[in-house]
Amino acid sequence: MNLYEELGLKKEEYERILELLGREPNELELNMYGVMWSEHCSYKHSRALFKHFPTTGKRVLQGPGENAGIIDIGDNMAVAMKIESHNHPSAVEPYQGAATGVGGIIRDIFAMGARPVALLNSLRFGELDNSERVQYLLDGVVEGISGYGNCMGIPTVGGETFFNKSYEGNPLVNAMCVGVIEHDKIHRASAKGVGNPVMYIGASTGRDGVGGASFASVELTEASEEKRSAVQVGDPFMEKLLLEASLELLATDAVVGIQDLGAAGLTSAVCETATRGEGGMDVDISEVPRRESGMHPVEVMISESQERMLLIVRKGQEETVNRIVGKWGLHSKVIGKVTDDGRLRVREGGEILADMPAESLDSSGAPKYYKDYHEPKHMKKSRCEDLSKIPEPKDLNKTFMELLRAPNIASKEWIYNQYDHMVRTSTVVKPGSDAAVIRIRGTEKGIALTTDCNSRFCYLNPREGSKIAVAEAARNLVAAGATPAAITDGLNFGSPEKPERFYEFRESVLGLSEACRELDTPVISGNVSFYNETDKAAIYPTPIVGMVGVLEDVRKHMTLDFKEENNVILLMGETRDEIGGSEYLSRIHGKETGEVPFLNMAMEIRTQRAVLQGIERDLFQSVHDLSEGGLVVALAESAIAGSMGAKLDIQSDLGPDRVLFSESQSRFLVSLKESKLSLLEQALISEKIPHSILGKTGGENLQIKINEEEVINHSIKDLETNWRGAIQEIMEK
Amino acid sequence: MKFGVIVFPASNCDLDSYYAIKDMMGEKVEYIWHEEEKIEEYDCIIIPGGFSYGDYLRCGAVAQFSKVMDAVKAHAEKGKLVIGICNGFQILTEAGLLPGALVRNRDLKFICGTAPLRVENSDTAFTNKLQPGEVIEIPVAHGEGNYVAQDEVLQKLKDNGQILLTYQENKNGSKEDIAGIINEQGNVLGMMPHPERACDPILGNTDGRKIFESMISYLKGGR
Repeated sequence: MNLYEELGLKKEEYERILELLGREPNELELNMYGVMWSEHCSYKHSRALFKHFPTTGKRVLQGPGENAGIIDIGDNMAVAMKIESHNHPSAVEPYQGAATGVGGIIRDIFAMGARPVALLNSLRFGELDNSERVQYLLDGVVEGISGYGNCMGIPTVGGETFFNKSYEGNPLVNAMCVGVIEHDKIHRASAKGVGNPVMYIGASTGRDGVGGASFASVELTEASEEKRSAVQVGDPFMEKLLLEASLELLATDAVVGIQDLGAAGLTSAVCETATRGEGGMDVDISEVPRRESGMHPVEVMISESQERMLLIVRKGQEETVNRIVGKWGLHSKVIGKVTDDGRLRVREGGEILADMPAESLDSSGAPKYYKDYHEPKHMKKSRCEDLSKIPEPKDLNKTFMELLRAPNIASKEWIYNQYDHMVRTSTVVKPGSDAAVIRIRGTEKGIALTTDCNSRFCYLNPREGSKIAVAEAARNLVAAGATPAAITDGLNFGSPEKPERFYEFRESVLGLSEACRELDTPVISGNVSFYNETDKAAIYPTPIVGMVGVLEDVRKHMTLDFKEENNVILLMGETRDEIGGSEYLSRIHGKETGEVPFLNMAMEIRTQRAVLQGIERDLFQSVHDLSEGGLVVALAESAIAGSMGAKLDIQSDLGPDRVLFSESQSRFLVSLKESKLSLLEQALISEKIPHSILGKTGGENLQIKINEEEVINHSIKDLETNWRGAIQEIMEK
Repeated sequence: MKFGVIVFPASNCDLDSYYAIKDMMGEKVEYIWHEEEKIEEYDCIIIPGGFSYGDYLRCGAVAQFSKVMDAVKAHAEKGKLVIGICNGFQILTEAGLLPGALVRNRDLKFICGTAPLRVENSDTAFTNKLQPGEVIEIPVAHGEGNYVAQDEVLQKLKDNGQILLTYQENKNGSKEDIAGIINEQGNVLGMMPHPERACDPILGNTDGRKIFESMISYLKGGR
């Protein structure tokens, strides 16, 4: 094998490098191209589609292309956010893989000058019930997230976890961080000012994480286990110091540009800041602080050692940097300077080791592909599947209990109780709700946050599934009383070089774009992770939507728990015969097939608006969005959270299992005082939003009659034990 | 009256303690950097939660050697108030200001949630606004909150009424369900739960205020 092939470059890519340099690259140069042109850094298979995303809007202060996106929330305050994947590292080394995923995304936020205030995550694993391997991965990933985030003092306030066999060999770990910043404090990652010094701060460079970006850009195989050395090792204490030192530095005027050292390490940081700035940079790697002796220049340039930042400093202000960084007990070192000749030069003392056009390394200069695509065969088959033959369970009361303890539906508190979700004393709505709510200290505002994606829907229909992911995320925020504002997307897919996988990706991007445009939630940042497959299979397409919404008055947030007896329970939206892709169909009938629920975007928008207006007018006692498991699971969740039963009497032409478990879109379950009912009904009628009164809160049981026949009757206590204990029972047996 | 909140590298509940005192209790408060040697101006020192010095070696083991801790010891010897919360409790035991030690939780997992605590002794500088036997809900968030001590130490704590707060549901494995203890003189409190997280009504729980109200009342000589 040629060296370039070992580095993951294709023949035509190598030929392009020859052309760009006008000569053969040396080993260091080739390695730098190898990591920068990896899928992970260059987005070479995905970039061509990004033009579809809506990325602007009245709130957008910074769209994609920087370390993180930023939106305006008013009062001179802004919110920075981004999601990023750390899938392959977590597959081979769950604790460190997940921990460093959290560390990396936090750096992206404070590199903008923002104070990180919340973490979320989105996790995917194989079926939990009977796999020791999956349990080991879940345990390690949760501990890694907990170990890093807790130490940083940033609350982990939300997330989602989904188990499905398609993730058996390739789990997904996506971490999202949200920061708060005043408008005039925003910093960018560009190397401006010819002659300005380039400084390195933070941890020393070691041999960990060498080639991590390339490792993330191939499929996982049995040999991947041997790539443990490509996984970085995290030190949250160092990161906490780096965070405080960086924010203190950014409050001075010493720093012109700042960039974290993430994937592809120093190589990526110098070339990205150079191309966003004056165009060139000259660095001397003999000045780079090292953890071990005898490191090869290639290792220094592509190491992904954690907790490091690159600063472009105003000339003459080096001492300010040294003083502040020194106060926090960290290294700071001048390693180079900004130039404007468009060249990226790497030296070791007087010797030039690499000399290349900076732009050619950056994603703007990297190759760009638009691969062939075609629809996977299973999709058509699923669409045509006749679900009317699915037999109605004999004992719905029992089926309901079984569904409630399915790991995808059961309480995730075994997971989130390992995360400190309260530190910073701003978590107004804690994990376990539709969305987390954080107050913005010093203002009356709050932000609501969620991550969402039903990947089974995306598997059956990537375009509609992706639209549903956006709509559902927005619904989560609306249920908390927030107006959806923007998204960050974590796009996790199989190999883009396979036409069926690229079809899924393309459809998903188009679906996300359409939904974001209609819901007015632009895409402000994101991440693409391809090659999530093993020799057996690819993962389900998983476009994770991380969404932020704004509450003008955080005191007006809404929660899902039933509040008092004798409140009216009302369903907004219409339940249809839609069990395709549902948790019910999968868990109870063992089928992942059918057409996904229909999403009527106009109805979705009207319904969300009506909920927000209702919250504004104080009409509701509780609001909960309907998702996996359908109506009955939403009822159980509101009842358990409020420790209060409910009695429902439902009239329907649908089969009882459809009434209970259908996953029809654009629905909310609300409870309200009887005295407010007519106001709500008037609003719903004038907006033409279908709705039905289901019953009343109260008592110690959840009792449901459908067409006068009792189908569900359980004590809230039993429901709670069953729902809360399910995952813990599996993990601790 | 002035409170001081100590900031070690990687303290992370410093901000929460600061705002609880300033915004919720309406008292004066300042941060104290860990290299500070003079703290005479403060009436009460808060050692906040976090992961001081990364909690490498053992929780609180490095922090006890920082410059400010000598000053805290002198402050405590004068009978002035010290409250160590979570990591602060760990630091106080490492520094010898409180007996015993805090080790990993029984189930080896980090625990975050809200714990009902029973007030065992309300006749102290930290609990005088509470009733004996009263149960207050206070947030917990720790990986190493399992209180251990030798039997004779535990006996002494009981005999002297030094056990202030106990868990109603003991999830971390602490001996005698201990959530918080005071020193023999009664001016140094260490507790794993976070009263500063239960002061602001927007967070839905203000039970923690009673601890700070007790301290303020004591400092005003109103006990």
